[in-house]
Amino acid sequence: MKFGVIVFPGSNCDHDAYHVISKHVGQPVDFIWHKQTDLSEYDAVIVPGGFSYGDYLRCGALAKFSPVMSAVKDFAAQGKFVFGICNGFQILCEAGLLPGALIRNKNLHFICKHINLKVENNHTPYTSEIDSEQVLSIPIAHAEGNYVCDDETFHQLEENNQIVFRYCDETGEITDQANPNGARSNIAGICNENRNVLGMMPHPERACEGLLGSNDGRGIFRSLAKAIESISN
Amino acid sequence: MKAKVYVTLKPSVLDPQGKAIHHSVELLGFEKINEIRQGKYFEIALDATLSEAEAKASAEKIAKDVLANPVIEDYRVEIV
Repeated sequence: MKFGVIVFPGSNCDHDAYHVISKHVGQPVDFIWHKQTDLSEYDAVIVPGGFSYGDYLRCGALAKFSPVMSAVKDFAAQGKFVFGICNGFQILCEAGLLPGALIRNKNLHFICKHINLKVENNHTPYTSEIDSEQVLSIPIAHAEGNYVCDDETFHQLEENNQIVFRYCDETGEITDQANPNGARSNIAGICNENRNVLGMMPHPERACEGLLGSNDGRGIFRSLAKAIESISN
Repeated sequence: MKAKVYVTLKPSVLDPQGKAIHHSVELLGFEKINEIRQGKYFEIALDATLSEAEAKASAEKIAKDVLANPVIEDYRVEIV
């Protein structure tokens, strides 16, 4: 099993993701510079958070033209795992690997705080190790996390159980007050129909050490490792 | 030859920046301003050897593939 963490100019959560994979998942991991086009040795790639290309034009809009992204599209089409976190989620939406878009937070603020997250679907490769009743405490850090999509896309997401995470209160209730950024239907993370591509605005890689306030992100990475293991066997 | 590209949020998409600008405009005392929506404007310099139709086709493709995200934005191209 081998993980890759893609590095664009302006990525800044790449080292956090690398640290979590090597230390808490205990698996080999490489940084992948965005000009690389061969992903054949990897089972999963993480598209990390940050400000790829300085967020110029739109968040993630220029990263989708990086050479590595054609390889990521082929990689995803082969059923391999592509996990976008924060700016990575924005990039996957811009690249068309996930539906919808992420626009400016409703209140215009850059929001950096722990939020509560409900796992709406724990039958995905990213959430299988998480109890469906558990409320995860994971930080967000973004100014453009307001998920939008048209009605047709939204109904498809619901019908196919592609909404994986929603913002909730500490008891797990999905409320307007618990929605930090105005995202449609409190959506914090979605997957594609095949379940191998996932994007989420919260940062689970920042919630894997008790010292940082929460361990709740570990379940996501461990689920992914288990999914890769079960495919390899 | 120049292409002017206007990228605007689709009417259905919330524009919190436009709303904040509208609020400031109202504070300045302007009245009867119903709405302000923020967009983006691009100028593309194209080689003079291109015909107007070729220039428009290039600019349209650039607008569609790069400048606008069709999920949330519309665009309009003018050749001048």
